Amino acid sequence: MLELSGVTAGYGHFTALWEVTLRIAEGEAVAVVGPNGAGKTTLLRVVSGLIAPRSGRIIFEGEDLAGHPAHDIVAHGIAHVPEGRRLFPALTVADNLRMGAFLPAARSRYRESLERVYTLFPVLAERRGQRAGSMSGGEQQMLAIGRALMSQPKIILLDEPSLGLAPVMVLRVFDLIRRVREEGYTILVVEQNVRQVLRLVDRAYLLEVGRIKTEGRAAELAEQDFVRQAYLGV
Amino acid sequence: MDPIFLAEAAINGILLGGVLALLALGLNLIFGVLDIVWIAYVDLVMLCMYAVYFLSVVYGWPIWAAGLVSLAAGALLGVAVHLLIISPILTSAPINQLLATGGLLFFLQSAATFLWTTDHRSVRLSLPSFEIAGIFLPATRIIPFVISIVAVIALYVFLTRTYIGTAIRAVSQDREAMSLMGASPQRIYIVTSAVGGLMAGLAAALLVFQYSVHPFFGGQFGPLTFMICVLGGLGNMVGAFIASFIMSEVIAIGGVVISTEMGYVIAFVIFIVMMFVRPGGILAKRE
Repeated sequence: MLELSGVTAGYGHFTALWEVTLRIAEGEAVAVVGPNGAGKTTLLRVVSGLIAPRSGRIIFEGEDLAGHPAHDIVAHGIAHVPEGRRLFPALTVADNLRMGAFLPAARSRYRESLERVYTLFPVLAERRGQRAGSMSGGEQQMLAIGRALMSQPKIILLDEPSLGLAPVMVLRVFDLIRRVREEGYTILVVEQNVRQVLRLVDRAYLLEVGRIKTEGRAAELAEQDFVRQAYLGV
Repeated sequence: MDPIFLAEAAINGILLGGVLALLALGLNLIFGVLDIVWIAYVDLVMLCMYAVYFLSVVYGWPIWAAGLVSLAAGALLGVAVHLLIISPILTSAPINQLLATGGLLFFLQSAATFLWTTDHRSVRLSLPSFEIAGIFLPATRIIPFVISIVAVIALYVFLTRTYIGTAIRAVSQDREAMSLMGASPQRIYIVTSAVGGLMAGLAAALLVFQYSVHPFFGGQFGPLTFMICVLGGLGNMVGAFIASFIMSEVIAIGGVVISTEMGYVIAFVIFIVMMFVRPGGILAKRE
């Protein structure tokens, strides 16, 4: 469904990603794990068009989207839940969700999408009139995911969904992502919380200083000693 | 002093505040979305005032028709300013954007002087006045005020109830996130500039009721508009609306109690003091 080949990208003279190649099949949940500064966020930003790759191809459903602007890429069915959630803090929960369905195609199915999001995250229905910025971190993360679902995506990119959340909330958010998965969405998630995310996904890639070091089934990757030592602290 | 004069000044202040609010909201809307202050904003108003003047006085159009043309001209000018001046330098340093719109100000003033000389031109509408409890209310002030308030309400409805209006507010909070929602930033910028220009065009059509137009009209209202925006908190629409009335009251009452010039002096002094007390605007939370 989504295939990156030889993607190199960066900011100015700094190169954050070197020749990254990865592939996600439809219905799959894939994680990219790695330490801080490995280039995980850059990877998602390249896919969603927030930065253009210097070279390489980003094939989504047979079409090369490399270098397309972000607003065009979301129209192809790639929704990005960015690092730090990036909600519209002064808008209400309902207006944030409304903005998620900004695309004409999504707008025509607004009611249906909203129903779905409210079923998945009932707390959002309760808080619909509240300003997004006044909610707790966990609720904001739900809203960020719900807003992404409003665009009727085929694949969802999640950037550090557990960042800044209390441990109890981390478990809940992963549980919610599991439910989103069960809805049939394809998911690409980047995380530092390796232990949790490996339980959620089918496969994982290990990214280190901008290069893919290894890949494999989530269970196998968890067994590898170096992953344990580096990230699980065992 | 006869309290009736004070009451009349207070009412005149409110009436002036309506048109000032249009200018301040237009400028603030553009700032909120683009992070750029259009220094030449009131000079666009000046161009639209000339349009109203020529159409209604020289070509004999009815004032409402000339006003509608002013609205359209304002929107077109807004889009032109964005496409020709702002868009090419959107990613450059903020000081360059400020200088570019500042340059536009001098260009427009000089061009207007060249084309139409420095003569003050007035539309001279003959409209009735009303007297209520000894207070004198000219229609040339009441009509612009009423239309301004209707326009402010329309802008509020546009920004809160429509999809594109909500998107404009969203962009002012997080530009990048809105592009992830599928909104082309350039499209939002053009719509915002058109709406901001429309407000300028409307303000022009209302200002001709009371003021004559000349090439340096921008100098009369430009700094005041900018000051209101800063006082209300740059990008804060509610703050700008309230600040418009604070400033217009100070100018109107100060003008009657002391003198017209002192009214402006007091307004600017209050502004400077407020900058020390509340640099983020009147509605900002104190740090």
